[in-house]
Amino acid sequence: MQGVDLMATFKDFRNKVKPNWCPGCGDFSVQASIQKAAANIGLEPEGVALISGIGCSGRISGYIHSYGFHGIHGRALPLAQGVKMANKDLTVIASGGDGDGFAIGMGHTIHAIRRNMNITYIVMDNQIYGLTKGQTSPRSEMGFVTKSTPEGSIESSVNVIEMALSSGATFVAQSFSSDLKDLTSIIEQGIQHDGFSFINVFSPCVTYNKINTYEWFKENLVKLKDIDGYDPSSREEAMRTLMNYDGLVSGLIYQNKEQKSYQQLIHGYKEDSLVTSDLNMNDDHFEKLISEFM
Amino acid sequence: MKKQLSWKVGGQQGEGIESTGEIFSIALNRMGYYLYGYRHFSSRIKGGHTNNKIRVSTSQVRSVSDELDVLVAFDQETIDVNFYELNQNGIVIADEKFQPTIPEGSSVTLYVVPFTKIAKDLGNALMKNMVAVGASSAILELNPESFREVVESIFGRKGESVVENNMEAIRQGAQYVQDQADDSMSTMQLEEADGKKRMYMIGNDAIALGFLAGGCRFMSAYPITPASEIMEYMIKKLPEFGGTVIQTEDEMAAATMAIGANYAGVRTITASAGPGLSLMMESIGLAGMTETPLVIVDTQRGGPSTGLPTKQEQSDLMAMIYGTHGEIPKVVMAPSTVQEAFHDAVEALNIADEYQCPVILLSDLQLSLGKQTVEPLNQRSISIRRGKIKESKALPVLEKGETFKRYETTEDGVSPRVLPGTKNGIFHVTGVEHNEVGKPSELSQNRQAQMDKRMRKLKHLPKTFNLPVYKDTPHELADVLLVGFNSTRGTIEETKQLLEKDGYKVNHAQIRLIHPFPTDEMLPLISSANKVLVIEHNATGQLASILRMNVGHAHKMASVLKYDGTPFKPGEMYKECKGLI
Repeated sequence: MQGVDLMATFKDFRNKVKPNWCPGCGDFSVQASIQKAAANIGLEPEGVALISGIGCSGRISGYIHSYGFHGIHGRALPLAQGVKMANKDLTVIASGGDGDGFAIGMGHTIHAIRRNMNITYIVMDNQIYGLTKGQTSPRSEMGFVTKSTPEGSIESSVNVIEMALSSGATFVAQSFSSDLKDLTSIIEQGIQHDGFSFINVFSPCVTYNKINTYEWFKENLVKLKDIDGYDPSSREEAMRTLMNYDGLVSGLIYQNKEQKSYQQLIHGYKEDSLVTSDLNMNDDHFEKLISEFM
Repeated sequence: MKKQLSWKVGGQQGEGIESTGEIFSIALNRMGYYLYGYRHFSSRIKGGHTNNKIRVSTSQVRSVSDELDVLVAFDQETIDVNFYELNQNGIVIADEKFQPTIPEGSSVTLYVVPFTKIAKDLGNALMKNMVAVGASSAILELNPESFREVVESIFGRKGESVVENNMEAIRQGAQYVQDQADDSMSTMQLEEADGKKRMYMIGNDAIALGFLAGGCRFMSAYPITPASEIMEYMIKKLPEFGGTVIQTEDEMAAATMAIGANYAGVRTITASAGPGLSLMMESIGLAGMTETPLVIVDTQRGGPSTGLPTKQEQSDLMAMIYGTHGEIPKVVMAPSTVQEAFHDAVEALNIADEYQCPVILLSDLQLSLGKQTVEPLNQRSISIRRGKIKESKALPVLEKGETFKRYETTEDGVSPRVLPGTKNGIFHVTGVEHNEVGKPSELSQNRQAQMDKRMRKLKHLPKTFNLPVYKDTPHELADVLLVGFNSTRGTIEETKQLLEKDGYKVNHAQIRLIHPFPTDEMLPLISSANKVLVIEHNATGQLASILRMNVGHAHKMASVLKYDGTPFKPGEMYKECKGLI
């Protein structure tokens, strides 16, 4: 096949590393959906940078054949934004778990949403800390019994979708690991959205979370496409629907196509990717800068 | 005729004290005098005593003087707080408005000038600063017209009448003093300056300029005293180069965002002070472990915790060398002059790229904010060295699912890197211990190999580094060796001269590469001195500890320490040193 450039298929996004996730973990579906979505919309492996946090889900950057950066707990988003600032031609995907994004990294999550860079953030939300062997998460329901909350959690769960909407998100979606088709489609739409795409994925932990199981989600999750006339361009409708269903909806919740992404608004930002900059300053420019101090 | 004098203006913060000092000093700089200014200010916006002390000389000066010749006071507190510094023949110029008094029986001359009244009569009370400039010009026997250029550059865009009004305020201030003048005035006349054009800037300006000249195109940072000017300059100038600054939500984001951008190939910096550096420690570890270039400026200020945000200190040294858990290769550089700060900023970018590791560019408040005359900087000697970056055409085709050996073990410890987006260059990065292709690995053999690879990168840096120690060491055998780092350079130089007048043979070493330590450079200097005095702005003698650890000779060493928030002055440093020889 030498000399013939074929579009990458999802197999081209596979590497030879065997994930260390437990059998049945929801994260396998997220991995597969990212690979499928990337191929479906015509991306090449070297054009993708997958930046992840720490935790079981954070390992995902090592399980997809693309550029990958497994960073610090809670800081996947600042890393990912730095990558995008340097090279806007890259498709930048950030990912991690609910502890990563909504506990230690919550500050960054809100500000990344506000900043609205053209990156996609996929949270694998299992409502528990897996890698540290079963402690409560900011997504655990009140009363949830874990190793760190033996009498049940006495803190309320953070409603992350409402949080995203109120922080000015321009793309908000929620999906579920066992609905591969919907998940793949949501990720495709997220990558194609010109702005920050926030995608929360219910990705059950089969080892430590015996409450929020696949069956539980199947019973409780409402598909937005089943709600007659649901309009994802209305922030008000999105908020109302979320409150109605206590955040347990799946599909595209809200999209604002009008708001320009961060990169489009930067004053003086180079048209080509910043990484292509000439690093030398010409003498006239240098002399001008010097003269301003005289 | 004097070769130098010290002038100070003081009042309540937020009253425009800065602009009085600014206009006065820019004009003198343009006449060809060398200036060195140091601001005393507080961590608040309005109120509280503030002053700006400016040393004016016909030759280069790099320190705050012990004494004061002229004090311009906008309130009585300024006189009360600063009077002790004045020379016997000193002069106070004070606003008539607060009915100024000076201690009885003093030989100091007091000029009472209606700053505020003259300004109000001219239509704007804010011009009292101009009246004070005019009054000062009369004391120094300068022609008020010599301020026109500066006034025009500041007020020109507001129209000719505003310029004229301000010039009139200067003239009337000068006239008022001349009408009161007596014989004491002649002593304040300065020798004529050479009229050469030089820069007048703070260290932070030079650092920022160095980053621009060194190809930095992105900065992510969080505001903090005394580092913010670097960010402010970059915000103004980066758009001219297609780049930008992001003010992040905190310093953790600032540092990690900089890592992300450096990983993707853009020279990116961040700058902060102690509290910010504390938050960046995890990122510094990540950059070390993932071998990602990262340049961070630490403008030291008084610690610990919030400490003394607007005061001089050099107490971050140990934290910068050892900070972050575990062990990583890291470079700590400490420029000692504004010129060095400029060139070292460029070198920090080069070293970070060449060695693929974090580089701390250490400054201190006095170097970062002390405004001074600088010979025009030039970029002729600047080179941009990016180290081992491989482009697509240099890469063999990757087998399906295989990745590039980003962490290949090499003799010098530095592995070639590729930038994301490059075909056939796909690799994985992780802060977890990893193998040559960047995949997590806990195997003992691999751990040892990767650790050794990382740690040997900097082995030869002290040999290749440009001037790891600034040396003024004329004596083969010295009675005393004075050692310092960062902004103490100028004060140590003057202390050396004072000690030499007493007949001592004095050598001076200012350490510019703090880590890895230039042992080979320092050992002969210490061996050939009877006594080593380590001068630093902290309470525990951190540089002295580093010296003892690397070169021994503990019995010869003594510390000269200051940690009260104010910079060393030559006279006080001289006295302390003399007491220890």
